[in-house]
Amino acid sequence: MTVITGPTALKPERDWNIGWADVGPFLALAALMVIGFAINQDFLSATNLGNVITRSAFIAIIAVGATFVISSGGLDLSVGSMAAFITGITIMFMNRMAPEWGVAAIPAGMLVAVAVGLLCGLMNGLIVTVGKIEPFIATLGTMGIFRALITYMSDGGTIPIDRGLRDAYRPVYFGTFAGIPFPILISIAVAAIASFILYKMKYGRKCAAVGANEDVARYSGISIIKTRTIAYAIQGACVAIAAICYVPRLGAATPTTGVLWELQVITAVVIGGTALRGGKGHVWGTVAGAVILELIANLMVLSDFVSEYLVAGVQGVIIIIAMLIQRFSK
Amino acid sequence: MSTTKWIAAAAVSTMLIAGHALAEDKKVVAVSIPAADHGWTAGIVYHAQAAAKEINAAFPNVEVVVKTSPSATAQVSALEDLSAGRKLDALVILPYTSEELTTPVKAVKDAGTFITVVDRGLNDPTIQDLYLAGDNIAVGRNTAKFMIDKLGGKGNLVVLRGIPTVIDDERIQGFQDAIKGTDLKVLDIQYANWNSDEAFKLMQDYLAKYPQIDAVWANDDDMLLGVLEAVKESGRKDIKLALGGNGMKDIVKKVIDGDAMTPVETPYPPAMIKTAIYMTVANLVGQAPVRGAVKLDAPLITQENAEEYYFPDSPF
Repeated sequence: MTVITGPTALKPERDWNIGWADVGPFLALAALMVIGFAINQDFLSATNLGNVITRSAFIAIIAVGATFVISSGGLDLSVGSMAAFITGITIMFMNRMAPEWGVAAIPAGMLVAVAVGLLCGLMNGLIVTVGKIEPFIATLGTMGIFRALITYMSDGGTIPIDRGLRDAYRPVYFGTFAGIPFPILISIAVAAIASFILYKMKYGRKCAAVGANEDVARYSGISIIKTRTIAYAIQGACVAIAAICYVPRLGAATPTTGVLWELQVITAVVIGGTALRGGKGHVWGTVAGAVILELIANLMVLSDFVSEYLVAGVQGVIIIIAMLIQRFSK
Repeated sequence: MSTTKWIAAAAVSTMLIAGHALAEDKKVVAVSIPAADHGWTAGIVYHAQAAAKEINAAFPNVEVVVKTSPSATAQVSALEDLSAGRKLDALVILPYTSEELTTPVKAVKDAGTFITVVDRGLNDPTIQDLYLAGDNIAVGRNTAKFMIDKLGGKGNLVVLRGIPTVIDDERIQGFQDAIKGTDLKVLDIQYANWNSDEAFKLMQDYLAKYPQIDAVWANDDDMLLGVLEAVKESGRKDIKLALGGNGMKDIVKKVIDGDAMTPVETPYPPAMIKTAIYMTVANLVGQAPVRGAVKLDAPLITQENAEEYYFPDSPF
């Protein structure tokens, strides 16, 4: 983890200096792959890596949004519940429209998902900025609200997608383009757009400036409220995109969908090199962080060293070691 | 109906009943259960409500009141609220936790209420007049027996566990005891927390790790849904059986339809709350003796008897 300071954010636009924070997560990723291969040759098989990276797409996409929020000095605990809520709304909308619109209900449902995501994000943002509530508390509140809404909508059970739509929608998760699964392509696209916004657009620099030092940013004429609110809205849109990829996987939303995703998302962002207290965000690092988390879980199953009772503990140790290596090798 | 709506409804009807009970000397049966937060508890809520509706219609002098609580603390408060205004003739309770609910239930009992405990026992078994539960060991054992028969006593298995709890331990224990001495080999066993998504991932990993898997056992149907999706996606043909447990309607439907990979199901049915309510009312109304402990078996659900366990309108 790099210490992010004000001057970092004010670096000239064309600075291509690559620091440890940019490379660190990828080195960790490479190390993990080597270890994985040493433990089990199947680890690097195309199917296994394809599965794992595809699976990490939800967390990666949401975490890209979280990079904006965290970089601007905020935090969003509601993303897991929000993903479940958006998934539920999307499925209900598609099911309602399926008899009239047929397969066209799918793209329409996707638009609804993004709209709902933006609104949810906007709500979080306004509560934090205009309402001036600590992000931790504000999003803890909305986390409960979204979770309750999905439980209410499903009567505690499941909201399955219409059978007629299921097969048409399946390829969004299981399909491939040029041999690469769609969710991977979508997360790469999301990360590419995000890094353009964060590194090449004025908004990105405002974001980092606000996160690095609120007072300095305010004196420089940056609107804190606007910058942070937009970050939460971006987060909402990312959650919606993740939900769109998620629906076809199991074809249902339940009250346990997305439970604890928020912690995985925050962990991915931090492993990726973005400081939790705000400052410069590392979009590609975040994506690497999400893949690392999923690889560790995969490795736990593929290796036979660890008792099933200790898996979570070993995962925790690996994450902490990874962070320590990043810190001390600077 | 949704939880909130019917908490409200329960509150309103509680007030109405209190009035009625005095006027007509109705026998009041309070049902205290966890709020629906996943498939199985959603089933509990559904069946408790169904039982209340049926009994209230059938017996004019009995009023069944259902109250759900989202946590152990809330359930303690609910017990206080239920017993505050009037005398309860009976209480049917599925406790959130054994520790926290034991004393509050004892207090209700001391006021002269008949106590029926469902599924999770209290710390002091002398409090209950009737105890009714499923048999988690049988869930594991009967599934294992079917697998042994079907696979001819040998094959490679992978198992998915739930959340580390007594329920999970018992199911796994029943399963492992039953396959002892056979040539069925458990290649791997890991926790997937009774969650479809985690089960999907774990099954993908199992498939990557083992080239030959004959059968999968997910000790809960939510997990089985994830397993089936992962198997379908992999295109692997070596998996002959993928079994679950609990009695989710989607899985029972598969059994009815004669699914090749999931031809049977083992119940740990949320409908047991209905059995408990009916038995309690039988004691109040018909003077039928019910005191004791009842353990529902977990007989295999096959194509022949599946209709008995199929509740298409239930959320679970």
